[in-house]
Amino acid sequence: MARSVSTRRKVIVSVVAWALGLLIFFPILWTFITSFKSEGDAVASPPLFLFFHWTTENYVEVQSRSDYFLHFSNSVIIAVGSTILGLIIAVPAAWAMAFSPTKRTKDVLMWMLSTKMMPPVGALIPIYLLFQATGLLDSRIGLVAVMTLINLPIIVWMLYTYFKEIPGEILEAARMDGASLMKEIIYVLTPMAVPGIASTLLLNVILAWNEAFWTLNLTASQAAPLTAFIASYSSPEGLFYAKLSAASTMAIAPILILGWFSQKQLVRGLTFGAVK
Amino acid sequence: MGSITLQKVSKVFGEAKVIPSIDLEIKDGEFVVFVGPSGCGKSTLLRLIAGLEDVSGGKIIIDGKDGTSLGPSERGLAMVFQSYALYPHMSVRSNIAFPLKMAGMAKDEIDRKVTEAARVLNLTDYLDRKPRMLSGGQRQRVAIGRAIVRQPSAFLFDEPLSNLDAALRVNMRLEISELHQQLKTTMVYVTHDQVEAMTMADKIVVLNRGNIEQVGSPMELYKNPANLFVAGFIGSPKMNFVTGVYAEPFGAPTVGVRPEHILLSTESGVWQGRVIVAEHLGSDTFLHVDVEGIGHITARGTGEFPVKAGETVYMTPDRTRVHKFDDKGLAMAS
Repeated sequence: MARSVSTRRKVIVSVVAWALGLLIFFPILWTFITSFKSEGDAVASPPLFLFFHWTTENYVEVQSRSDYFLHFSNSVIIAVGSTILGLIIAVPAAWAMAFSPTKRTKDVLMWMLSTKMMPPVGALIPIYLLFQATGLLDSRIGLVAVMTLINLPIIVWMLYTYFKEIPGEILEAARMDGASLMKEIIYVLTPMAVPGIASTLLLNVILAWNEAFWTLNLTASQAAPLTAFIASYSSPEGLFYAKLSAASTMAIAPILILGWFSQKQLVRGLTFGAVK
Repeated sequence: MGSITLQKVSKVFGEAKVIPSIDLEIKDGEFVVFVGPSGCGKSTLLRLIAGLEDVSGGKIIIDGKDGTSLGPSERGLAMVFQSYALYPHMSVRSNIAFPLKMAGMAKDEIDRKVTEAARVLNLTDYLDRKPRMLSGGQRQRVAIGRAIVRQPSAFLFDEPLSNLDAALRVNMRLEISELHQQLKTTMVYVTHDQVEAMTMADKIVVLNRGNIEQVGSPMELYKNPANLFVAGFIGSPKMNFVTGVYAEPFGAPTVGVRPEHILLSTESGVWQGRVIVAEHLGSDTFLHVDVEGIGHITARGTGEFPVKAGETVYMTPDRTRVHKFDDKGLAMAS
């Protein structure tokens, strides 16, 4: 009896989980399908799901109208660059906060996080003016700097949480064994925190890749990443749903593939320390 | 050489004076055990010697040189931690080799030393395993191996056996004692377990609230405790204390008598009491007795002593082995 109840429960839980998963995934699926429709089919009512004339002309059109690979390489440079720069700053910062805390460490952490509570638009004008004055508008370096600064609180917080899980005695043992601070970080701390560092890295790449507010406002053509490339298809002349969908699919595909292959690492990193 | 001298060493954490001022002399080759209850400052004292904490005052002289301001690795000491503190991502071989690698030693020299340490500690078959694939005792041996290869002037052990089960603890205790005899290197060992202290030490340092209560060989502390604290701390089961009118016949405000120095009888004796719990171990019998006016008394009988809970027993303390203490709790001359 107990067994049959548990099987029924399992079935219900599975159905609900699949339904929820599908619901969340549906917009991406719909974008993907729409990208293979003609503009007419894309706005047809009732909507056409599978039975329409499948075409790849949107992809050809999108590539001919704008340089996908330029935007793609901009996205890669901005996401990877800001992540590496962020890690270089955040690893020592998180080390200091986790293993050599002062009375103010918690306050500093909260203060860093509080910067994420402010709407970004509040800082847009000063940053725009700064960029204008320093010639950083529409430059990759400028965007790498902005993305690094924007995501730094999250990187420091994540690394701090992972580092806190590492027993201090192991680092003390390294110190007794003659390791300098740099060697301690390179040979002992970093290898032990690899799952945490990897998931921080992945999450930051995803956040930087998908960031649209700053990239739209601070770029024009040269440094515009894929988010700006998508936005260029929702223009005042009218919405081209099929082309917009093709552009969106091309923009999210790389990060989706990266996320798919690293999901095990991502989940492991995000639940690091939760289960001993 | 491995002598360590502490001169007026003190440690303050914020407002708390963890160690007010300690003077101590550890001779080369000695096995010294710091023992005391939790929070008595014994681990802090070890960490001060190791250089993992900075002293607030005083000097630490290592091998005749002032080591107070030296970093942990410059003091020529090796430490074995309570949690083993092995590097989980490295093999046993890399763990043991780590301090040598940090010292910039040549690879073949490192290999030779690691192989030798592994042989001494019976770890040869486990050199390529990761620490998580080892048992508690093996992990502890790796931690010791990592300390040995550096050929330190002294080893510092911070409660190294407290994570092991009882049987393994006895084995490792023997192994560490054997290692000391073999290497003849100074060892400073911290424990809260007075059995470990009694069985391993050449010299025991009893600590309480950051102060040294007494320093001496295990038998000195057992036979001539300097005060009530040491008397109560050293010896298992604990010494019984009798005060007031019951202590007067012995000529002191407080007297202490160890459970093994009480003669048990079912017929007659100085104190009469009712057995609360009787523990029959075969080799010994421990009786927990409620004596009217005195309270709880623990007595130890050699071999089998046939009484059960609820029965009456008579106890006579061995007058030649009674410890007398004055009003301040200090030992009086017998």
